[in-house]
Amino acid sequence: MTILKHEIKQGKISLSIWTSAIAGLLACCVLIYPEMGNQMDEVTEMFSSMGSFTAAFGMDKLNMGELLGFYGMECGSIIGLGGALFAALIGISSLAKEQKEHTAEFLMSHPVSRVRVLTEKFCAVILQILIMNVMVLLISVLSIIIINESPEWKVLVLLHLAYTIMQIEIAAICFGISAFIRRGGIGAGLGLAAIMYFMNIIANLTDKAEFLKYITPFGYTEGADIITEKNLDTKMILFGTSYAVIAVVIGYVRYCRKDIS
Amino acid sequence: MNAIKTTELTKFYGKARGINDVDLTVEKGDFFGFIGPNGAGKSTTIRILLGLIKANSGSAEIFGKNILTDKQQILSDIGYLPSESMFYNGMRVKDVIKFSADLRKKNCEDEAKKLCERLQLDVMKRVDELSLGNRKKVAIVCTMQHKPKLYIMDEPTSGLDPLMQREFFSLLEERNSEGATIFLSSHVLSEIQRYCNRAAIIREGRLIRSDTVVNLSKSYAKRVTLHGTDSFPEIEGMRDFQQLSESISFLYSGDIQLLMQELAKHKINDLTIAEPDLEEIFMHFYTEKGE
Repeated sequence: MTILKHEIKQGKISLSIWTSAIAGLLACCVLIYPEMGNQMDEVTEMFSSMGSFTAAFGMDKLNMGELLGFYGMECGSIIGLGGALFAALIGISSLAKEQKEHTAEFLMSHPVSRVRVLTEKFCAVILQILIMNVMVLLISVLSIIIINESPEWKVLVLLHLAYTIMQIEIAAICFGISAFIRRGGIGAGLGLAAIMYFMNIIANLTDKAEFLKYITPFGYTEGADIITEKNLDTKMILFGTSYAVIAVVIGYVRYCRKDIS
Repeated sequence: MNAIKTTELTKFYGKARGINDVDLTVEKGDFFGFIGPNGAGKSTTIRILLGLIKANSGSAEIFGKNILTDKQQILSDIGYLPSESMFYNGMRVKDVIKFSADLRKKNCEDEAKKLCERLQLDVMKRVDELSLGNRKKVAIVCTMQHKPKLYIMDEPTSGLDPLMQREFFSLLEERNSEGATIFLSSHVLSEIQRYCNRAAIIREGRLIRSDTVVNLSKSYAKRVTLHGTDSFPEIEGMRDFQQLSESISFLYSGDIQLLMQELAKHKINDLTIAEPDLEEIFMHFYTEKGE
């Protein structure tokens, strides 16, 4: 637990900033909803007549006149993209920062196995993602209560659960990559998260690219699908979980054999 | 019992040579110096012993335990001081010291306090605000607070001022007298000669010589200095000839009788014949081995 606690302490400022930014933006969106609610019928109509653009963001299935429709569209983008970038950032830098800042030598010259180092570091990444998502969900619920709305809470929790799973998948893949790189690799991590995001948009645009939904974790965070189905796509999540497990296992194998310099 | 024993230890970084067939033995209780120029393979040997990097071939044991299979047990008996001490930015000195103790699952508060007092270390400062010398002091506390059986130190005095160097060696001598083994690499040959009882010389990845410091100093040439002479003796076994303003000096490793006979032919005001210092011995290996 020593390394886990140390990682959480080291990452607390970054976690606070990302959590405040995402939760703050989300709360703003929810709080302005009543103001926009009256105009939402027109907005929905306008959005639904934008052709491919409408489908790309799942707006063909969402009713922006309802809080959940608005939430899935606006707030989904904030938590989806913001959360993915945060997850990529902490995942990719978890191991690589030790090499970059030459602290790996200090850590590894103590009587701790590399498996323990990896496990506690990975747990710290997951824990930070969970803390951020719980905080964001709490702020979201509070904001909704403040505007006197009572959406279907189960669907709201499902949406947040999907985002959390997606962030864990991205963090796991970046953690695996982190075992291979010596320098920070922050660009690589953020780039990967952005590619995944746009991959989902492409998959929404044409049926021919629908297979991409089985590659990108954004496939199972599609607000339009979760709100209409009231369920998560377990098949896509299983695919995503498999990628995460494979990436982490490869990361473990690589890091346990790696020369620390 | 051997504290360290390596057998034909070899490490290549791709095609680049690290170390080649290094057979090194450090006995328990030794104060051992590991001498070699930059890139000779000192740090590579140390990193293999700590399990930070893996050797391509050969084996290494610490207190009879294999470094690959018993790594954690070995590391709990070792205090390692790296040549460049890097810590996590933003942490205070006291937190780094406690983190190190926690990783060892030991409470070292009392010992850490004593060490910080002796090294005049401010534990409330942030590590990223520290000078090179003060960072070194933090690393020394982390290395010594758990009272390990073996100290492995890579260029330990770099960055420390002379007073701190003296305090540091005084600490090491105390630990050594309590039974701990000290293994340190250094460029500063005078400190090896002063504190170590045994030493090994490594050059281009190969161990050239390992012996007691006394034997290393004795077994090679004498430094002969002649004052007030204007003629140069010529005799087999002379080398490293140096002409100073009022004297000439050379290393001599031949028959002492022949030297005396040759010197008797010259007018000389004064003469000294002394054991060379370790630096000269170190240089000897380079001139003799084709450097």
